Amino acid sequence: MEAYLFYIMAAVSVTAAVYLVFEKNPVFSALYLIQTMVCIAVLYILLEAQFIAAVQIIVYAGAIMVLFLFVIMLLNLNIKEETKNALPFQKIPAIFMGIVLFTAICAVIKSKLLQGKQGEYTTAYVNSVGNTKLIGNLLFTDYLLPFEITSILLFVAAIGAIMLAKRKL
Amino acid sequence: MITLTHYLVLSAILFTLGVVGVLIRRNAIIIFMCIELMLNAVNLSFVAFAHYLNSMQGQLFVFFTMTVAAAEAAVGLAIIVAVFRNKETVNIDDMNIMKW
Repeated sequence: MEAYLFYIMAAVSVTAAVYLVFEKNPVFSALYLIQTMVCIAVLYILLEAQFIAAVQIIVYAGAIMVLFLFVIMLLNLNIKEETKNALPFQKIPAIFMGIVLFTAICAVIKSKLLQGKQGEYTTAYVNSVGNTKLIGNLLFTDYLLPFEITSILLFVAAIGAIMLAKRKL
Repeated sequence: MITLTHYLVLSAILFTLGVVGVLIRRNAIIIFMCIELMLNAVNLSFVAFAHYLNSMQGQLFVFFTMTVAAAEAAVGLAIIVAVFRNKETVNIDDMNIMKW
């Protein structure tokens, strides 16, 4: 059951990602990206990361992609936007280099370099306490400083976005 | 049985597609979406490692990555809107000067 779900979700997410890259219309690209993100959220649930899966749906598929769609509709882009291309010969080398990159990543995955020591948070322990509760505990104890810095980052980003979007720059 | 390698290969495929998208597309918004796809691929490998190594740090890291991605999307889209106001295009071939 788990294996079937993984393969279905992997196939759907890769297909949607291919369409995202090669689709002409930006609105359809955004919808395909949402499809990929929802599939990844299902994979998070398979990996017993329920909190991250919920955040993935709410923040990524919800907030960020709505922002993207708003901007696409605000700019009212026509599909013929990309007809002029300064570097038309770039496509074939780019795809070739993508294959090379994928081969390199697979070589690293296949090698024995990726090993780490087992932690203490076994699945049984996480399920007995609760995934969200554990993440919350860690965020407000060991990772308190990064968490606070994140709030400053979001604050600065909000101010920056407002400044950039002002009519007179 | 699904192993760590399965998830890492899926993550590698999605990351590569994001890289290829950044290289071949000319629309700034689609390039931006490809960057989001790459971030998602890396998040997937983080969570996969966290699960198979019985660790919690991967999930916390994904939490921080998502925050940075949200900030990046807000600022980046604001920049794209500002550029569009001035140049009436989001084609990156037309964006070749810093000041106009």
